Amino acid sequence: MNPEIILHAGIATGTVLLFAAIGEVLAERAGILNLGVEGMMLLGAMAGFKMSLASGNPWLGVLVAVAAAGVLSLAHGLVSIHFQADQVVSGLSLTFLGTGLALVFGEGLTGKSPPLIPNLDIPLLSSIPFIGPVFFDDHSILVYFGYLLAPLTWYYIHKTRPGMHLRAVGEKPEAADTLGINVYRLRYFYTFLGGCLAGLAGVAISLSVSPGWYSAQTTSGQGWIAIGLVIFAQWNPINAALGAYLFGAVRRAILDLQGPRTLFGFTNPLFINSNWGFFLQMAPYLLTILALIIGSRAAMRRRLGAPAALGVPYIRGERGL
Amino acid sequence: MSLLVARERPLTSPLVYTLIVLGGALLALLLGAVLMALWGVSPLQGYRELFMGMFGSAHSISESLLKATPLIIISLGIAIAFSASAWNIGAEGQFYMGALAATACALVFSQAPGYLLWPLTLIVAMVVGGIWAALAGYLRARYGINEIIVTVMLNYIAMYFVQYMLASPLRETQARGVGYPQTDVIPQTIWLPRLAPGLRLHVGFLLAVALVFVVYMLLRHTTLGYRLRAVGYNWRAARHAGIGVSNALIWAMGLSGALAGLAGQLEVTGVHRRLLWGISPGYGFLAIVVTLLGNRHPFGIFIAAILLAALDFGAQTMQRGTGVPVALVHTIQYLMVILVVGGGVLRTHRLTLFDPLFRRREA
Repeated sequence: MNPEIILHAGIATGTVLLFAAIGEVLAERAGILNLGVEGMMLLGAMAGFKMSLASGNPWLGVLVAVAAAGVLSLAHGLVSIHFQADQVVSGLSLTFLGTGLALVFGEGLTGKSPPLIPNLDIPLLSSIPFIGPVFFDDHSILVYFGYLLAPLTWYYIHKTRPGMHLRAVGEKPEAADTLGINVYRLRYFYTFLGGCLAGLAGVAISLSVSPGWYSAQTTSGQGWIAIGLVIFAQWNPINAALGAYLFGAVRRAILDLQGPRTLFGFTNPLFINSNWGFFLQMAPYLLTILALIIGSRAAMRRRLGAPAALGVPYIRGERGL
Repeated sequence: MSLLVARERPLTSPLVYTLIVLGGALLALLLGAVLMALWGVSPLQGYRELFMGMFGSAHSISESLLKATPLIIISLGIAIAFSASAWNIGAEGQFYMGALAATACALVFSQAPGYLLWPLTLIVAMVVGGIWAALAGYLRARYGINEIIVTVMLNYIAMYFVQYMLASPLRETQARGVGYPQTDVIPQTIWLPRLAPGLRLHVGFLLAVALVFVVYMLLRHTTLGYRLRAVGYNWRAARHAGIGVSNALIWAMGLSGALAGLAGQLEVTGVHRRLLWGISPGYGFLAIVVTLLGNRHPFGIFIAAILLAALDFGAQTMQRGTGVPVALVHTIQYLMVILVVGGGVLRTHRLTLFDPLFRRREA
């Protein structure tokens, strides 16, 4: 129960949620609700794992994972952008489709051990007491990429011109269109980007955080937690990142609580009856519901909300609202 | 992006929808053939095995309908939730909670006469499943929280709870060594009779057929159904008309969960005679696919459930015969839905290639 170790592992675990949640923030900011995150993550996890196994190069695995999930997300793009179908239906189908494809092509991958994404230390920073060992020591490169991704995405959305276009497309696509912004193209682009990040999240699990292929258990609902996190974070990438690390630490603490014989001087209740561990496993899912309740209350108080055109197909040539 | 444009047209007919469904199904089967070929199996041989596995004998027909029974009931529930524009993605958890409640009740009151015990387990299963789903309805009504995510989260919570119950309080008393996570067998007095000797199909299937008509009547010809649909079409208008929107949402979700719980009870009393881990091979999720494919209509659901259940069972035969994994058939099922749903645009929109409105504007 060393806090340094729990936080260190929590950061690594949380990076998965961070990628998936930031990807979803981008897609939802453009007005596309993609409920297929779980399916895209699972496809990414499988594709990356398989590619790394076949080629011996984990980076090729990462590339393939990102590409596979990105391409899958385009199916959602086509159905919801061009065909203007219900985005909930399309997203759910995408979850099923991604899961199905991942399970078909993931047949026989269980128990294999491909080369993993290497871990490394950041010189100088890793020697700072406490902060160094937690944040900059022996993490996978993806974790360091995660540190940069959240603030960069925030800056991009709020402070740059393309970021302003992104927000416009999600808030009032008619207005964006009259300014010459290509609404369809941008929506495809951010749906694709969201898919790529979901794939990255998937491969971060299977080639780094908890290496291996455990069929549908590989992601175990983290894609759904990521969608919940986006609402909790009020579509803000920085909040999403903080929430992701919090969830990562919780996930990790659950594992660590089951190990030691004594906790804070008392006998660990899990040693009396190890089946109580099942209740501990519920924690991330209960926490997600709790986070949604807290998030909704905060949103009501501050009159914040989802992007105005979230989930609404844009039909060119029709009168806007 | 000017390649393809969808524009609204006021033309909808049942024929168009039928054609879309058939077209989507056919296209999905074609894509499935490609996947089979990639797997190294002749698609013709694969599909022959698949069809024989689906309807080729009395045994396979019985097994297909047996699998369809919970799917029909759960999907009817999802359709009820959907009539009030609520999504119930948590049927898997509600099914397990209902099955758990029914089993626990049957084991505790095992001395009670069957004609009392069976209805009791049914009611308990429906109440527990209903409450599990109504929680999500309440959170949506009270806080405006997306019920999709809540029901998914409740799935995981229910699964861990059932695993706990199977591992500890309800664990089989005669379990040898590690044992399979399952309970004792429920009293024989509440085993559902089977429809034909040697086949596993039980009277629960007839109940499912009856429920198709009950739910149809409920949605079309009762006040409650009217209220749910009013909320689903336009909740603001419904509120102005004096309909309690919050209550309607909670009822819609609750009824939906109650049906999933009922399906769980039937699976326990009709098929396995005990609760075991894996009693549902994902019925709750497949039921969503069934509901979408059945166009959320009770009769459509009935047909779609039998089709998808038969595909599921036939897939096992195909795997034994040709080595094509069962998951490939699942992929075909999901492709079917995404194609039918995506094709749904043809009902209301006309597609045009190279539309002039979308040409690049001259600057």
